[in-house]
Amino acid sequence: MQKIIEELAAKVEADLSSVSNKETLSAFWKEYLSKTGKIPGLMKELKNVSPEERPAVGKMINEFKVKVQQDYDTASARIQSEELSKRNAAEAVDITMPAKIRPMGGLHPITLVRNQIIDAFLGMGFQVFDAQEIDDDDHNFTRLNVPKDHPARDMQDTFYLTDELLLRTQTSNGQIRSMDSMKPPIKVLVPGRVFRSDSDATHSPMFHQMEGLVVDRGITLCDLQGMLDQLVSNLFGDGMRTRLRPSFFPFTEPSVEVDVSCFECGGKGCSLCKGTGWIEILGGGVVNRKVLKNCGIDPDEYSGIAFGIGIERIAMLKYGINNMGLLFENDLRLLRQFQE
Amino acid sequence: MKVPFSWLKEYVDIDITPRQLEEKLFSAGFEVEELIDLSAEISRVVVGQITHMEKQEGTDHLYLCRVNCGPEYGEDLAITTGAPNIFEGAIVPVALDGATLPGGVTIKARKMHGVLSNGMMCSGEELGINNDWYPGAETYGLLILNDDPNATLGKNICEVVGLDDYIFDISITANRPDCQSILGIAREVSALLGKPLKMPAIDYTCPAQPDPSIQVRVEAPDLCPRYLAHYVRNIHPSESPRWMKRHLALSGLRSINNVVDITNHTLLEIGQPMHAFDLSHVAGRSIIVRRAHNGEKIVTLDEKEFTLNENNLVICDAEKPVALAGIMGGLNSEIEDDTTELLFECATFARDSVRKTSRALGQSSDSSARYEKGVDQYSTELGLKRALHLIQELDCGDITPTCFDCASSDNRERKVIEVTPEQINSVLGIQVSTQIIKDVLQRLDFGVDDAQTPWKVSVPRYRDDVEDFPDLAEEVIREYGYEHIVPTFLKTASVTNGGLNQTQKQQLKLKRLMAGQGFFEASTLAFYSTAELDMLHLPQDAPERKAIRILNPISENLSIMRTILAPSMLNVIVDNLKKGNMEGRLFELSNIYIPHALPLTEYPDERLTLSMGVFGPGEDFFTVKGAMEAIAQAFGVSFTYERETVPYLHPGMTAAVYCGGVRLGVFGKLANDVTAELKIAKDEKESQNIYLAELDYGKLAAQFPADRRYQPISAFAPVKRDLALVCDESITCGEIQDTIRKASPLVKEVSLFDVYRGKNLGEGKKSMAFSLVLHDDNKELDPSAVEHAVKKILSNLKFKLNIEMR
Repeated sequence: MQKIIEELAAKVEADLSSVSNKETLSAFWKEYLSKTGKIPGLMKELKNVSPEERPAVGKMINEFKVKVQQDYDTASARIQSEELSKRNAAEAVDITMPAKIRPMGGLHPITLVRNQIIDAFLGMGFQVFDAQEIDDDDHNFTRLNVPKDHPARDMQDTFYLTDELLLRTQTSNGQIRSMDSMKPPIKVLVPGRVFRSDSDATHSPMFHQMEGLVVDRGITLCDLQGMLDQLVSNLFGDGMRTRLRPSFFPFTEPSVEVDVSCFECGGKGCSLCKGTGWIEILGGGVVNRKVLKNCGIDPDEYSGIAFGIGIERIAMLKYGINNMGLLFENDLRLLRQFQE
Repeated sequence: MKVPFSWLKEYVDIDITPRQLEEKLFSAGFEVEELIDLSAEISRVVVGQITHMEKQEGTDHLYLCRVNCGPEYGEDLAITTGAPNIFEGAIVPVALDGATLPGGVTIKARKMHGVLSNGMMCSGEELGINNDWYPGAETYGLLILNDDPNATLGKNICEVVGLDDYIFDISITANRPDCQSILGIAREVSALLGKPLKMPAIDYTCPAQPDPSIQVRVEAPDLCPRYLAHYVRNIHPSESPRWMKRHLALSGLRSINNVVDITNHTLLEIGQPMHAFDLSHVAGRSIIVRRAHNGEKIVTLDEKEFTLNENNLVICDAEKPVALAGIMGGLNSEIEDDTTELLFECATFARDSVRKTSRALGQSSDSSARYEKGVDQYSTELGLKRALHLIQELDCGDITPTCFDCASSDNRERKVIEVTPEQINSVLGIQVSTQIIKDVLQRLDFGVDDAQTPWKVSVPRYRDDVEDFPDLAEEVIREYGYEHIVPTFLKTASVTNGGLNQTQKQQLKLKRLMAGQGFFEASTLAFYSTAELDMLHLPQDAPERKAIRILNPISENLSIMRTILAPSMLNVIVDNLKKGNMEGRLFELSNIYIPHALPLTEYPDERLTLSMGVFGPGEDFFTVKGAMEAIAQAFGVSFTYERETVPYLHPGMTAAVYCGGVRLGVFGKLANDVTAELKIAKDEKESQNIYLAELDYGKLAAQFPADRRYQPISAFAPVKRDLALVCDESITCGEIQDTIRKASPLVKEVSLFDVYRGKNLGEGKKSMAFSLVLHDDNKELDPSAVEHAVKKILSNLKFKLNIEMR
C-alpha cells in the first residue's frame, strides 16, 4: 500500500508541476482530489489492508491527501495570480491616448463679468432688478433730471422708436423703476443691455451696463467709495483702491468718475494706465435730490448713492481684450478661452 | 475747449508749470485731454544774423552766407540758402545741425555743391506759423526778425515767435457751460491757485449821436430770454493789433479785420457769441426777434438757402429774416467793405431752440455750438461791454448811446441758497470745517453770509448749474480734494435681504446647463434689418415681419428690433465658418421685441428667448434633441415633439417642442435652400450641417414645477421585458411608445434600444426593439399580471398599428 502511495505521490508531483492554467489545474483536481479522484480512491483500498495496519495506512493516506490538497491550493493561487496578470496586461491601455470628453462650453465674458460684479454685491445685501430695455423718455431721461432741453441729452445719442418710446441709453432707468416699486432701504443692481447711436471703432450701438443704487438714511459719498473699494478688490484683486474725481451726471450730485489703481503695474505707471497709475472704470455719485423727489422719496429723510459700470470695459480690462468689437464677434476661438 | 497758457496768464498770475496746472485742473473736474506743447516739434532753431553773403560758385541761385548765431552756437557758421529776400545784416531763424522742424523734418549739416552748409535758414512757413502769429511769417523767403528787439543772437526761436506756449485742450462737463471760455477757465484757475482774477477791461463811453429811429423788440421771449443791442456809427475796420491776432491764432482762427475779430474774440474770451448787422441793409431800421413763418426763407452768410418753420427763431428786419438766431447771419445784412454803421447783437438764446434749429437745418457755427451748451445772461452783459470797450480801444467805430436791453426773465440778481455746513457734510460724509467751506466758496466767487445759520450763500450769476446744497457740497469737495473722502462701508445702512430671485437663479442655471452641454454663449445685437428675415425665407405675412422700426437707425442694417433670434445665431455661425471654425455649439438667452400694435402705442413685449445654433460634422438632429432633453430633465419638466414646418428649417428634420401642452418653440436642421444662400464658400455648402433652435423662455419657465416633493421609493421590484417588433417604415418610435404606455398602467418606462432593417423583414419594414419596465407601486408583480400586460400591449400594437412580434 505504501508503495502505491509513493508511486502516486511521484505522479502527483509530476502532474502538478505541469499545471499551467485553469484548465490543467481543474483536470488535476478531477484526477486526484475530486470524489471520484485517485486519492479518495485510496480510501476504498483500505478495506484490503489488514486490520492491524489499517490505522497506520489510513493516517498515511490522510497525510498524503492533506499534502496534495495544500500543493493544489498553492498551485491554484499561483495560477489565479498568473491569470490576473495576463488579463491585466491584455486590458492595459495607452494612457497617453486622447481623452473622450464632451467638452465644456462656456459663458460669454460679458456674462462672467456681470456675474462677478453681482456676486460682489449680493453679499452686501443687494438684489438684482431687471428693468425693461424699451422704455420711455420719462424713465430714461426726465425723471433722472435730464429735462428735454438739457445738453446732457447730447451726451447720449438716443435711438427713438416713437416720440416717447426709446431704447434705454443707460441702465439708470432701473433707478426710477426700482424706486417706483420699492421703498427704502433699497439696494439694487440693474444689469442689462443699453443702446446708443454711436458707431465708431470704439463704440458699439449696443453694450452692457450695471447700475447700482443704494437709498437709505445717512448714505454719503464716503459710502460710495467704501462700496466701490469692495467691488474693485473683488474684480481686480485684494488691495486695489479707488480714486474719486469730479464729473457730471444729471442724476447725481456730486458726481464722480471713479478710477481704480492700475492692476497691471500697481500704480507705478505703465502702458495700460498711460503712465498715470489709474484706470477709469465707472461713474457715480450721490443721488440727486430731485431724482429722489421724482420717485416719491423724501430727500430730507433719505439719501442715496448710485453708480454705473460699463461691463464691456471691465471685461476688456480684466481679460486684456483690446478691441470691444471682439466681444460681439462671437468667434469660438475667443469664446473657448472662457470655459466655465 | 482749447485754452492757451499765455492767454490764461493774462488774467491770473500763474506761478506753476503747465504740467502742474494740468494736474490741478484734473482734480477739480477739468480733464485736460491733451496738453499741447507748441514748441514740441521744433528744436535747435535759434536766431542768427547774416554777416556776409556771396553767390555760391557753380550755382545760379544759391548764396553762401556766414551766419552769427551767438557764442553758444557759433559766430561764423557757413550756411547755404536759396531764399530771395536775404541781405547782409538780416536777422533770421537758423535751424542748426540736428535741428527739428514741424512735420518731422530734421536738418543735418551737409555738402551743397561741394561746400558744407551747417544748417538751414528758415521761413515762417517752415516754422509752422502765419502772419497772425508773427508779422511777416507768410513772406516768401526767410522770416526777417530785424524789427524785433527780442530777437537776440542765439536765442531759441520759439521764444521769439511765440511758440514757447502750451494749449490746454480741456474737456468741459455739460454742467459747466460757464467754462467754455478763456475767462471761465481763468476764474477756476484763480480759485484753484488762490490768486486774484484780473478782469478784462469793460469800460467805454458813448460820445456819438444817438439814432432814435432804430427799433429792437423780442416777440419770442421763451426762445430769447435776453437780447442786447448797441448801435455804433462810423465803422472803419482796420487791421487788428498783434495781441489780438495772436489770441485768435492760438485758438485756430484767422484775423479778418478788427471789427470782425472783436466779435470772434468776445466769443473766445467771454464765451458770448455776437453778431453785427449792417443797419443800412436792415429794412425799417428795425430788429425783431421772432419765430419764423412757415415757409419763410433765408440765405446765410455761406450762401446756403434754408426754408424755415415756426420752430426756428430768426432775427428779422421790418420785412424779412436777416439772421438765424444764434447760428448764422444772413447774407443780406453782412458786413461789407462799405459798411459804416453796425448794430451789435449780444443775446441769450434758449439752448434747446438753437440746437433743434441747427440739427433740423444741418447748419452750425462756432456760435451755435456755444449756444447749445448754454449761455448765461451775465456773459451776455459782460460780452457786450467787453466788445464795446475793444471797439473804442481799437478805434473801429463811434459808440452811440442808442442801445437796447430786452429781457423777459429778470435774471440780474444772484440766486441765494440757504445752507448749513452740516448739510454740506451730510452729503460728503466727512467733517469739513466751516472755515474751509467758507474759504472755498468765496474763492469760487460765491457770496457767503454766515452771520446766521443757515448761511445765505449767493451764487455767481454765471453758475446756472448751482441750485441746492449738494451742488455746494460738490464745489467744496472738488476744491478741498476728493482724497479727503474716507471710505466707509454703508455704515448707517439697514441690513437688507439680498440675493438673486428664483427667476434670476433659473436663468443662470439654464446658462450654466447649456455650457455644461458644450454650448458657448453668444452676445449679439438686438437689432438687424429685414434682410435678415429674408435670409430665413420668412414670407411677407409672417408674424416675425411685424417688427418695431427704429426712427433714427445708424444704418438700414440695424433698423428693426429683432422678433426672432435665429438670424442673429445664423450670422454667428456663418462668421465662425468663415473664420475656419468648422464646428461648435452656441446659445444666446436674449430678448426679442414683440409689438402689441404698430406703430407702437405702448411698451412692447420683451420676450426672453433661448436660441441655439449647432454645427459641424459630429452633430445631428438627435444631438440637438439631446440638449432639449437635458433642459427638460434639469428643470423637472418633460417635452414632447411634433413634426412641424417652418420656412427656414428642413421639412423632414423639424420638431416643435411642447411642454405641458404649450408650444415652446422649434428646432431642426437649417433648410437646404436657406443653406444654399449662405455667404460661405460654395464647396462647403453641401457638407454643412447646421441646426437651429429657438424656445420661448417665459413659456418654458412657466412650466417649471414650483416645488419638488420627495416621491417615496417603491418597496416592490420592477420587472423588465424586451419586445422586438416588426412594423411598417412609416410607423414612428413615438407612436409605438405611446401605444405601449397606454396599453397598461404597469408600464413605467419604454425605451428603444435597437432598430434593424433587412431583407428577411420584407420591403418597407423595420424591426424596433424596446425595453420595458413594468412596475406596480402597491404590490409585488406576479408573472400572470406581467403576461397579461404584455398580451394587452401586443394586441394593441397589432390592432392599432399592425405591428407583430418579431
